Amino acid sequence: MHEISLLKNVREILEEHAISEKFSKVIKVTLEIGKLSSVEPDALRFGFDVVMKDSLAENAELLISELNGLGLCQQCGQQVELETSYDPCPHCDSPFIKVIQGAEMKIKDLSVI
Amino acid sequence: MCGICGCSQPRKINNRLQPVGVKSHHHEHDTERLVKVEQDLLSKNNAYAEQNRSYFQQHHIFTLNLVSSPGAGKTTLLVETIKVLKDRFPIAVIEGDQQTEHDADRIRATGVPALQINTGRACHLDAHGIGHAITELGVKDYSLLAIENVGNLVCPSSFDLGEAHKVVVLSVTEGDDKPLKYPDMFHASDLMIINKTDLLPYVDFDVERCINYARQVNPNIQIIQLSATKGDNFSIWTDWLVGRVET
Ligand SMILES: Nc1nc2c(ncn2[C@@H]2O[C@H](COP(=O)(O)OP(=O)(O)OP(=O)(O)O)[C@@H](O)[C@H]2O)c(=O)[nH]1
Ligand SMILES: [Mg+2]
Ligand SMILES: [Zn+2]
Repeated sequence: MHEISLLKNVREILEEHAISEKFSKVIKVTLEIGKLSSVEPDALRFGFDVVMKDSLAENAELLISELNGLGLCQQCGQQVELETSYDPCPHCDSPFIKVIQGAEMKIKDLSVI
Repeated sequence: MCGICGCSQPRKINNRLQPVGVKSHHHEHDTERLVKVEQDLLSKNNAYAEQNRSYFQQHHIFTLNLVSSPGAGKTTLLVETIKVLKDRFPIAVIEGDQQTEHDADRIRATGVPALQINTGRACHLDAHGIGHAITELGVKDYSLLAIENVGNLVCPSSFDLGEAHKVVVLSVTEGDDKPLKYPDMFHASDLMIINKTDLLPYVDFDVERCINYARQVNPNIQIIQLSATKGDNFSIWTDWLVGRVET
Protein backbone atom coordinates (compact mmCIF):
# COMPACT_ATOMS: atom_id res chain seq x y z
CA MET A 1 0.00 0.00 0.00
CA HIS A 2 1.61 3.23 -1.05
CA GLU A 3 -0.47 5.22 1.43
CA ILE A 4 2.34 4.37 3.85
CA SER A 5 4.97 6.00 1.59
CA LEU A 6 2.72 9.03 1.28
CA LEU A 7 2.44 9.25 5.06
CA LYS A 8 6.22 9.01 5.37
CA ASN A 9 6.35 12.02 3.05
CA VAL A 10 3.87 13.83 5.29
CA ARG A 11 6.14 13.13 8.22
CA GLU A 12 9.20 14.41 6.39
CA ILE A 13 7.45 17.55 5.21
CA LEU A 14 6.27 18.42 8.68
CA GLU A 15 9.70 17.74 10.16
CA GLU A 16 11.13 20.25 7.69
CA HIS A 17 8.49 22.77 8.60
CA ALA A 18 9.23 22.22 12.28
CA ILE A 19 12.69 23.62 11.64
CA SER A 20 11.72 26.51 9.34
CA GLU A 21 8.60 27.48 11.32
CA LYS A 22 10.07 26.69 14.74
CA PHE A 23 7.52 24.42 16.35
CA SER A 24 8.00 21.34 18.43
CA LYS A 25 4.68 19.58 18.37
CA VAL A 26 1.91 19.03 15.86
CA ILE A 27 -1.63 18.88 17.22
CA LYS A 28 -3.54 18.53 13.99
CA VAL A 29 -2.69 17.76 10.37
CA THR A 30 -5.11 18.78 7.64
CA LEU A 31 -4.79 17.02 4.31
CA GLU A 32 -6.64 17.83 1.12
CA ILE A 33 -7.35 14.72 -0.91
CA GLY A 34 -9.10 14.88 -4.26
CA LYS A 35 -11.55 12.14 -5.18
CA LEU A 36 -9.68 11.61 -8.46
CA SER A 37 -6.35 10.98 -6.76
CA SER A 38 -5.47 7.34 -6.29
CA VAL A 39 -5.41 7.81 -2.53
CA GLU A 40 -7.82 6.09 -0.21
CA PRO A 41 -8.60 8.38 2.77
CA ASP A 42 -9.43 5.41 4.98
CA ALA A 43 -6.05 3.86 4.30
CA LEU A 44 -4.41 7.16 5.27
CA ARG A 45 -6.39 7.28 8.50
CA PHE A 46 -5.48 3.69 9.17
CA GLY A 47 -1.73 4.24 8.74
CA PHE A 48 -1.44 7.71 10.24
CA ASP A 49 -0.89 6.79 13.91
CA VAL A 50 1.65 4.12 13.04
CA VAL A 51 3.74 6.34 10.77
CA MET A 52 3.61 9.35 13.12
CA LYS A 53 4.66 7.33 16.15
CA ASP A 54 7.82 8.75 17.77
CA SER A 55 7.60 11.88 15.63
CA LEU A 56 6.55 15.37 16.59
CA ALA A 57 3.10 14.50 15.29
CA GLU A 58 2.63 11.52 17.57
CA ASN A 59 -1.02 11.43 18.71
CA ALA A 60 -1.86 14.30 16.39
CA GLU A 61 -5.35 14.50 14.95
CA LEU A 62 -5.75 13.84 11.23
CA LEU A 63 -8.31 15.81 9.28
CA ILE A 64 -8.94 14.93 5.66
CA SER A 65 -10.95 17.27 3.51
CA GLU A 66 -12.08 15.56 0.33
CA LEU A 67 -12.41 17.50 -2.91
CA ASN A 68 -14.88 16.54 -5.62
CA GLY A 69 -13.75 15.97 -9.17
CA LEU A 70 -14.27 18.77 -11.69
CA GLY A 71 -13.22 18.91 -15.31
CA LEU A 72 -13.39 21.11 -18.37
CA CYS A 73 -14.53 19.41 -21.56
CA GLN A 74 -12.01 20.12 -24.32
CA GLN A 75 -14.69 19.69 -26.97
CA CYS A 76 -17.82 21.52 -25.79
CA GLY A 77 -16.15 23.71 -23.19
CA GLN A 78 -18.57 22.91 -20.37
CA GLN A 79 -17.53 22.37 -16.80
CA VAL A 80 -18.47 18.87 -15.67
CA GLU A 81 -18.48 16.87 -12.45
CA LEU A 82 -16.19 13.85 -12.54
CA GLU A 83 -16.36 10.59 -10.61
CA THR A 84 -13.13 9.38 -12.24
CA SER A 85 -10.51 11.20 -14.29
CA TYR A 86 -11.57 9.26 -17.41
CA ASP A 87 -15.34 9.86 -17.37
CA PRO A 88 -16.59 10.94 -20.81
CA CYS A 89 -18.34 14.32 -21.05
CA PRO A 90 -22.02 13.94 -20.04
CA HIS A 91 -22.98 16.62 -22.59
CA CYS A 92 -21.08 15.66 -25.75
CA ASP A 93 -19.52 12.27 -24.83
CA SER A 94 -15.99 13.48 -25.58
CA PRO A 95 -13.31 11.52 -23.67
CA PHE A 96 -11.02 14.55 -23.67
CA ILE A 97 -11.59 16.28 -20.36
CA LYS A 98 -9.09 18.37 -18.52
CA VAL A 99 -9.18 17.79 -14.78
CA ILE A 100 -9.38 21.11 -12.94
CA GLN A 101 -10.08 19.84 -9.44
CA GLY A 102 -9.91 16.52 -7.63
CA ALA A 103 -6.40 15.28 -8.35
CA GLU A 104 -5.00 16.97 -5.22
CA MET A 105 -3.24 15.17 -2.46
CA LYS A 106 -1.56 17.68 -0.27
CA ILE A 107 -0.88 18.88 3.24
CA LYS A 108 -2.98 22.00 3.65
CA ASP A 109 -1.99 23.17 7.10
CA LEU A 110 -0.88 22.16 10.58
CA SER A 111 -1.95 23.15 14.06
CA VAL A 112 1.24 23.37 16.05
CA ILE A 113 2.71 24.51 19.32
CA MET B 1 27.91 11.46 -2.76
CA CYS B 2 25.15 11.16 -5.23
CA GLY B 3 25.80 12.84 -8.56
CA ILE B 4 22.19 13.66 -9.24
CA CYS B 5 20.55 14.69 -6.01
CA GLY B 6 23.71 15.68 -4.14
CA CYS B 7 22.85 13.72 -1.01
CA SER B 8 25.30 11.45 0.73
CA GLN B 9 22.86 8.67 1.36
CA PRO B 10 23.81 5.22 0.16
CA ARG B 11 21.49 3.82 -2.49
CA LYS B 12 18.74 2.34 -0.43
CA ILE B 13 15.19 3.41 -0.73
CA ASN B 14 12.39 3.55 1.77
CA ASN B 15 14.86 3.12 4.53
CA ARG B 16 15.22 6.68 5.55
CA LEU B 17 17.63 7.83 8.16
CA GLN B 18 15.96 9.12 11.27
CA PRO B 19 15.45 12.81 10.47
CA VAL B 20 16.97 15.52 12.56
CA GLY B 21 14.32 15.27 15.22
CA VAL B 22 13.06 18.38 16.86
CA LYS B 23 12.39 17.01 20.31
CA SER B 24 8.77 17.14 21.22
CA HIS B 25 8.92 18.87 24.56
CA HIS B 26 6.83 21.96 24.89
CA HIS B 27 6.32 24.52 27.57
CA GLU B 28 3.24 25.66 29.44
CA HIS B 29 3.19 29.03 27.70
CA ASP B 30 3.14 27.58 24.19
CA THR B 31 -0.02 28.41 22.33
CA GLU B 32 -1.51 26.63 19.39
CA ARG B 33 -1.09 28.28 16.00
CA LEU B 34 -1.75 27.42 12.39
CA VAL B 35 1.05 26.83 9.88
CA LYS B 36 0.11 26.92 6.18
CA VAL B 37 1.85 24.20 4.22
CA GLU B 38 0.05 23.71 0.88
CA GLN B 39 2.55 21.10 -0.24
CA ASP B 40 1.82 18.07 -2.41
CA LEU B 41 2.37 14.71 -0.74
CA LEU B 42 4.40 13.63 -3.74
CA SER B 43 6.34 16.89 -3.94
CA LYS B 44 9.58 15.25 -2.83
CA ASN B 45 9.30 12.40 -5.27
CA ASN B 46 8.30 14.83 -8.02
CA ALA B 47 11.30 17.05 -7.34
CA TYR B 48 13.67 14.07 -7.61
CA ALA B 49 11.84 12.97 -10.75
CA GLU B 50 12.40 16.38 -12.34
CA GLN B 51 16.11 16.18 -11.49
CA ASN B 52 16.29 12.77 -13.14
CA ARG B 53 14.37 14.06 -16.16
CA SER B 54 16.71 16.96 -16.76
CA TYR B 55 19.69 14.64 -16.33
CA PHE B 56 18.21 12.32 -18.98
CA GLN B 57 17.62 15.26 -21.30
CA GLN B 58 21.13 16.64 -20.92
CA HIS B 59 22.65 13.23 -21.56
CA HIS B 60 20.23 12.13 -24.28
CA ILE B 61 19.08 9.11 -22.34
CA PHE B 62 15.68 7.80 -23.45
CA THR B 63 14.07 6.35 -20.35
CA LEU B 64 11.09 4.02 -20.08
CA ASN B 65 9.27 2.94 -16.94
CA LEU B 66 7.83 -0.54 -17.53
CA VAL B 67 4.86 -1.46 -15.38
CA SER B 68 2.59 -4.52 -15.27
CA SER B 69 1.15 -7.09 -12.93
CA PRO B 70 3.61 -9.78 -11.82
CA GLY B 71 4.58 -12.10 -14.64
CA ALA B 72 3.18 -10.19 -17.63
CA GLY B 73 6.55 -10.54 -19.35
CA LYS B 74 8.52 -7.34 -18.66
CA THR B 75 11.88 -9.04 -18.17
CA THR B 76 11.35 -11.37 -21.14
CA LEU B 77 10.44 -8.36 -23.29
CA LEU B 78 13.59 -6.54 -22.18
CA VAL B 79 15.88 -9.53 -22.73
CA GLU B 80 14.54 -10.05 -26.27
CA THR B 81 14.73 -6.31 -26.98
CA ILE B 82 18.34 -6.14 -25.86
CA LYS B 83 19.26 -9.06 -28.12
CA VAL B 84 17.92 -7.14 -31.12
CA LEU B 85 19.15 -3.64 -30.28
CA LYS B 86 22.29 -3.85 -28.18
CA ASP B 87 24.63 -3.27 -31.12
CA ARG B 88 22.69 -0.18 -32.23
CA PHE B 89 22.97 1.91 -29.07
CA PRO B 90 23.98 1.42 -25.43
CA ILE B 91 21.27 -0.03 -23.18
CA ALA B 92 21.11 -0.17 -19.39
CA VAL B 93 18.46 -1.62 -17.13
CA ILE B 94 17.26 -0.90 -13.60
CA GLU B 95 15.29 -3.77 -12.12
CA GLY B 96 12.83 -3.23 -9.29
CA ASP B 97 11.58 -6.19 -7.31
CA GLN B 98 10.68 -6.63 -3.69
CA GLN B 99 13.30 -9.38 -3.39
CA THR B 100 16.01 -11.26 -5.37
CA GLU B 101 18.55 -10.42 -8.06
CA HIS B 102 16.92 -12.83 -10.53
CA ASP B 103 15.75 -10.29 -13.07
CA ALA B 104 19.00 -8.29 -13.05
CA ASP B 105 20.89 -11.55 -13.56
CA ARG B 106 18.71 -12.36 -16.58
CA ILE B 107 19.54 -8.93 -18.06
CA ARG B 108 23.28 -9.20 -17.30
CA ALA B 109 23.35 -12.52 -19.13
CA THR B 110 22.71 -10.53 -22.32
CA GLY B 111 25.89 -8.50 -21.71
CA VAL B 112 24.12 -5.28 -20.77
CA PRO B 113 24.65 -3.55 -17.39
CA ALA B 114 21.80 -3.97 -14.92
CA LEU B 115 21.21 -2.86 -11.38
CA GLN B 116 18.74 -4.49 -9.05
CA ILE B 117 16.83 -2.39 -6.54
CA ASN B 118 15.10 -4.45 -3.90
CA THR B 119 12.26 -2.40 -2.54
CA GLY B 120 11.59 -4.71 0.40
CA ARG B 121 8.08 -4.12 1.54
CA ALA B 122 7.55 -1.15 -0.73
CA CYS B 123 5.43 -1.86 -3.76
CA HIS B 124 7.00 0.62 -6.21
CA LEU B 125 10.24 2.33 -7.19
CA ASP B 126 10.72 5.99 -6.30
CA ALA B 127 12.60 8.77 -8.06
CA HIS B 128 15.26 9.19 -5.38
CA GLY B 129 16.28 5.52 -5.65
CA ILE B 130 16.45 5.88 -9.43
CA GLY B 131 18.75 8.91 -9.18
CA HIS B 132 21.22 6.86 -7.14
CA ALA B 133 20.89 3.89 -9.47
CA ILE B 134 21.77 6.02 -12.51
CA THR B 135 24.97 7.18 -10.86
CA GLU B 136 25.88 3.68 -9.77
CA LEU B 137 25.16 2.14 -13.18
CA GLY B 138 27.02 4.80 -15.12
CA VAL B 139 24.38 5.08 -17.84
CA LYS B 140 25.94 6.14 -21.16
CA ASP B 141 24.94 9.19 -23.21
CA TYR B 142 22.73 8.61 -26.27
CA SER B 143 21.35 5.43 -24.79
CA LEU B 144 18.21 3.59 -23.79
CA LEU B 145 17.51 3.16 -20.09
CA ALA B 146 14.75 0.71 -19.23
CA ILE B 147 13.38 0.69 -15.71
CA GLU B 148 11.40 -2.42 -14.84
CA ASN B 149 9.11 -1.47 -12.00
CA VAL B 150 7.80 -3.81 -9.31
CA GLY B 151 5.03 -6.05 -10.67
CA ASN B 152 1.98 -4.13 -9.45
CA LEU B 153 -0.74 -2.35 -11.38
CA VAL B 154 -1.63 0.08 -8.61
CA CYS B 155 1.12 1.92 -6.78
CA PRO B 156 3.73 2.64 -9.47
CA SER B 157 1.18 4.79 -11.31
CA SER B 158 1.57 7.63 -8.80
CA PHE B 159 5.36 7.72 -8.70
CA ASP B 160 7.03 9.63 -11.50
CA LEU B 161 10.61 8.45 -11.95
CA GLY B 162 11.57 11.05 -14.54
CA GLU B 163 10.88 8.70 -17.46
CA ALA B 164 9.90 9.79 -20.95
CA HIS B 165 7.03 7.29 -20.99
CA LYS B 166 5.34 4.74 -18.81
CA VAL B 167 4.80 1.54 -20.77
CA VAL B 168 2.20 -0.84 -19.40
CA VAL B 169 2.56 -4.51 -20.33
CA LEU B 170 -0.61 -6.58 -20.23
CA SER B 171 -0.51 -10.28 -21.05
CA VAL B 172 -3.49 -12.03 -22.60
CA THR B 173 -3.73 -14.51 -19.73
CA GLU B 174 -4.74 -11.72 -17.35
CA GLY B 175 -8.14 -10.89 -18.80
CA ASP B 176 -9.21 -8.16 -21.22
CA ASP B 177 -10.85 -5.99 -18.56
CA LYS B 178 -7.62 -5.06 -16.74
CA PRO B 179 -7.66 -1.47 -18.12
CA LEU B 180 -11.01 -0.89 -16.42
CA LYS B 181 -10.03 -2.62 -13.20
CA TYR B 182 -6.75 -0.69 -12.86
CA PRO B 183 -7.62 2.51 -14.74
CA ASP B 184 -5.03 4.75 -13.07
CA MET B 185 -2.15 2.77 -14.52
CA PHE B 186 -3.57 2.71 -18.04
CA HIS B 187 -4.40 6.38 -17.71
CA ALA B 188 -0.80 7.18 -16.75
CA SER B 189 0.80 5.10 -19.52
CA ASP B 190 1.57 6.30 -23.05
CA LEU B 191 1.96 2.84 -24.56
CA MET B 192 0.24 -0.45 -23.83
CA ILE B 193 1.92 -3.65 -24.94
CA ILE B 194 -0.43 -6.60 -25.20
CA ASN B 195 1.98 -9.49 -24.67
CA LYS B 196 1.79 -13.27 -25.06
CA THR B 197 -0.39 -13.03 -28.16
CA ASP B 198 0.84 -16.55 -29.03
CA LEU B 199 -1.52 -17.73 -26.28
CA LEU B 200 -4.63 -16.05 -27.73
CA PRO B 201 -6.00 -19.34 -29.17
CA TYR B 202 -6.06 -20.83 -25.69
CA VAL B 203 -7.59 -18.04 -23.62
CA ASP B 204 -10.77 -16.00 -23.58
CA PHE B 205 -9.22 -12.63 -24.29
CA ASP B 206 -10.98 -10.24 -26.63
CA VAL B 207 -8.25 -7.98 -28.02
CA GLU B 208 -10.74 -5.47 -29.46
CA ARG B 209 -12.57 -5.18 -26.18
CA CYS B 210 -9.30 -4.71 -24.30
CA ILE B 211 -8.25 -1.93 -26.68
CA ASN B 212 -11.62 -0.21 -26.29
CA TYR B 213 -11.37 -0.34 -22.52
CA ALA B 214 -7.84 1.07 -22.63
CA ARG B 215 -8.94 3.94 -24.90
CA GLN B 216 -11.87 4.58 -22.61
CA VAL B 217 -9.53 5.40 -19.72
CA ASN B 218 -6.85 6.93 -21.96
CA PRO B 219 -7.93 8.07 -25.43
CA ASN B 220 -4.32 8.86 -26.40
CA ILE B 221 -2.76 5.51 -25.50
CA GLN B 222 -0.69 3.76 -28.19
CA ILE B 223 -1.01 0.01 -28.48
CA ILE B 224 1.32 -2.74 -29.73
CA GLN B 225 0.33 -6.41 -29.72
CA LEU B 226 3.22 -8.87 -29.66
CA SER B 227 4.67 -12.09 -28.38
CA ALA B 228 7.95 -11.61 -26.56
CA THR B 229 8.84 -15.30 -26.66
CA LYS B 230 7.66 -16.17 -30.20
CA GLY B 231 8.64 -12.84 -31.76
CA ASP B 232 5.35 -11.99 -33.51
CA ASN B 233 5.14 -8.25 -34.25
CA PHE B 234 8.34 -7.71 -32.30
CA SER B 235 9.82 -5.33 -34.87
CA ILE B 236 6.91 -2.92 -34.41
CA TRP B 237 8.11 -2.50 -30.85
CA THR B 238 11.81 -2.29 -31.65
CA ASP B 239 11.07 0.24 -34.43
CA TRP B 240 9.04 2.28 -31.95
CA LEU B 241 12.11 2.32 -29.68
CA VAL B 242 14.70 3.04 -32.36
CA GLY B 243 12.69 6.00 -33.62
CA ARG B 244 12.74 7.51 -30.15
CA VAL B 245 16.26 6.67 -28.97
CA GLU B 246 17.91 7.87 -32.18
CA THR B 247 16.53 11.38 -32.43
N1 LIG C 1 3.73 -17.86 -24.00
C1 LIG C 1 4.41 -16.73 -23.68
N2 LIG C 1 4.99 -16.65 -22.48
C2 LIG C 1 5.66 -15.52 -22.19
C3 LIG C 1 5.75 -14.42 -23.09
N3 LIG C 1 6.46 -13.44 -22.51
C4 LIG C 1 6.81 -13.89 -21.28
N4 LIG C 1 6.34 -15.16 -21.09
C5 LIG C 1 6.52 -16.02 -19.90
O1 LIG C 1 5.87 -15.40 -18.79
C6 LIG C 1 6.57 -15.70 -17.58
C7 LIG C 1 6.86 -14.42 -16.81
O2 LIG C 1 7.73 -13.61 -17.60
P1 LIG C 1 8.67 -12.49 -16.98
O3 LIG C 1 9.38 -11.88 -18.12
O4 LIG C 1 9.48 -13.04 -15.86
O5 LIG C 1 7.57 -11.50 -16.39
P2 LIG C 1 7.80 -10.17 -15.52
O6 LIG C 1 6.73 -9.24 -15.90
O7 LIG C 1 9.20 -9.70 -15.66
O8 LIG C 1 7.56 -10.73 -14.04
P3 LIG C 1 7.88 -9.99 -12.63
O9 LIG C 1 9.19 -9.29 -12.77
O10 LIG C 1 7.91 -11.11 -11.66
O11 LIG C 1 6.73 -9.06 -12.40
C8 LIG C 1 7.83 -16.44 -17.99
O12 LIG C 1 7.61 -17.81 -17.81
C9 LIG C 1 7.96 -16.09 -19.47
O13 LIG C 1 8.62 -17.10 -20.21
C10 LIG C 1 5.10 -14.55 -24.36
O14 LIG C 1 5.11 -13.66 -25.22
N5 LIG C 1 4.43 -15.73 -24.60
MG1 LIG D 1 10.59 -9.23 -14.18
ZN1 LIG E 1 -18.32 18.07 -23.76
